[in-house]
Amino acid sequence: MELLDFARGPAISVALAIFVFGTVWRLVALFGLPRMHDLSVPRPGTPGPIVAGTKEIFRRMWPRHEFSQLSMFSFLNGYVFHIGLAIIVFAFAPHILFLKGLTGLHWPALPNNVVYAVGAITVISLLAALIHRLTSPVLRLISTMNDYFSWFITLLPVVTGLMAASHLGARYETLLAIHILSVCALLIWFPFGKLMHAFLIFISRGTTGAFLARRGIQF
Amino acid sequence: MNAPVDINKASAKFLQVTAEHLAVYMEACVRCGLCAEVCHFHQASGDPRHTPAYKLVPMTKAYRRQSGPFAWLGLAPKLTEKDLTEWEELLFDTCNMCGRCTIVCPMGIDIASMTAAARQAFVAAGLGPEDLEQSAQNSLDHGSPLGLTVDKLEERIDWLADDYEVDIPLDKGKAEVLLTISSIEMMKYPDSVVAMAKLFNAAGVDWTFSTKGYEATNFGYLAGRADIAKAMVERIVAAAEETGAKTVVIPECGHAYGVLRWGGGNIHGKPLPFEVWHITEYLAKLKREGKLKFKPIDGKVTYHDPCQVSRRGGAKDDARYLLESFKEFREMEPTGNYNWCCGGGGGVQAIQRSAEIRYKVFRIKMDQVEKAGADALVSSCANCRLTMDESKAHWKWDHDLVSIVEALADAIDGPAAAKD
Ligand code: SF4
Ligand code: SF4
Repeated sequence: MELLDFARGPAISVALAIFVFGTVWRLVALFGLPRMHDLSVPRPGTPGPIVAGTKEIFRRMWPRHEFSQLSMFSFLNGYVFHIGLAIIVFAFAPHILFLKGLTGLHWPALPNNVVYAVGAITVISLLAALIHRLTSPVLRLISTMNDYFSWFITLLPVVTGLMAASHLGARYETLLAIHILSVCALLIWFPFGKLMHAFLIFISRGTTGAFLARRGIQF
Repeated sequence: MNAPVDINKASAKFLQVTAEHLAVYMEACVRCGLCAEVCHFHQASGDPRHTPAYKLVPMTKAYRRQSGPFAWLGLAPKLTEKDLTEWEELLFDTCNMCGRCTIVCPMGIDIASMTAAARQAFVAAGLGPEDLEQSAQNSLDHGSPLGLTVDKLEERIDWLADDYEVDIPLDKGKAEVLLTISSIEMMKYPDSVVAMAKLFNAAGVDWTFSTKGYEATNFGYLAGRADIAKAMVERIVAAAEETGAKTVVIPECGHAYGVLRWGGGNIHGKPLPFEVWHITEYLAKLKREGKLKFKPIDGKVTYHDPCQVSRRGGAKDDARYLLESFKEFREMEPTGNYNWCCGGGGGVQAIQRSAEIRYKVFRIKMDQVEKAGADALVSSCANCRLTMDESKAHWKWDHDLVSIVEALADAIDGPAAAKD
């Protein structure tokens, strides 16, 4: 079997299965833990947990002006690579084709050159994030292998994708196979490490939103 | 403490206190470090160890090892004695459970809840600052952290009632409102107790103190002693049941309010049989009902929001309503739910070895007050006041610290309230 056949065939299927089952398993394990039933009486007139939790998910998308002393680098750079990754995954024609094969859904793509430019910006932004992590005393102290490995496994598909698109360094088929395998690695790692924050963000923001709203705290 | 550190007990306690929402918090941290920038301890020390997210390490380790989704693999490292001894200072001396980091965290992680849960595990292991633990033990054994026994309470109330010629009911039988005391007030700022009595009497409130349950502070909760936390709540429940009070008022103490108002039912195991009000909320209610009126008060003042009343309590607006009586009130920056802390909440004030860092934290407050152009700093928490008084003395700062209750009691307008 050619490397590309392996990557497109069993590798991606297994990786997707691990991604789905791993993610579900991790969420089930979380929801299986004991829940705290808050017996305090909510402040009258405050919104219920669903409304408050949903509001909080949106509210936290930008820091409050009261915290203007915050270094905005983390926020801005975070937005750059998250949006960049979203554009690459969901707006590149070959990726849309792949997703159509999986889900049956499809939508218009952005021109390839635009996506390549976004890819380059995303790589720069991810590199900046790493430099920030390595040079800030706070980030250096609190970072774990999970952070560095998750960073690496996120960067890899972007770099290999750009290499494949520009036919850089090897045969196109080989580069494409490597790119698909790097996506497999990302999918397999996803449920085990920090990348799970893509799902957990809704739960943690929502939980805190409900907690604060119960007390009548508004931001 | 000198007893050996019991890792197994700590691990078991971590497991017991890890509810779903705390596990989500542990799993969700992306280690972005933004929380460090808003925590006054990190701000004051510049020490990266004072990063709020770093406090999660021991609890996260225990969780991953014991109940995380991949715990069954047995690969996660074990909690060690070193983890616990190293983190004791971070979880006790340098966290006020003030929730300032909670508001900035992009993931919405509530470090304050984690600190409260983690402290219980440290205490189970035989750790925790001795003076804080002693304050909790005193509360259980003698009724209050500062030695305010029933005898002393009776004696001091007699003295205050005589000296200030004010009626201070104690165990008067049935009453609609049970007022509680922070022993910090009774021992260090007794004028506050007199002020509350004057205000309630002027408004015609049917109230009493009770020897059965008088201490509002809950050092059991702050010190990670769930047993003492429960005993303290039960005492107030018993006092309210005996007096028939459907309203319990917490004096100027933020954490006392936070623990009873928002945690009391959970500690008690069922909803509390009464409403809990902070004194500023209750005075605002009396003012709204026209039962209290105040003369304008002189002086350029600003307001220090006790974290548990404003940011964690949701009661910042009632304080502002009362502050309207000050002729020259000005907000500091940032204010309300975003205000900086005094540095002494969450039991930190009771930890002697934390004094140096508390002084450093107070410099942020001094700067805020000076920038606001205020001569005096009004607050509604005796614990904040004590913390700030000590820091003020340390820096020989010349601004005044004022209790909102005392200032309002001196400004009561008219003979008494409406009689309805
Ligand atoms: S701000 Fe939140 S996500 Fe970022 S390091 Fe702190 S706790 Fe973790
Ligand atoms: S709760 Fe307050 S004191 Fe504790 S880490 Fe957060 S900001 Fe700092």
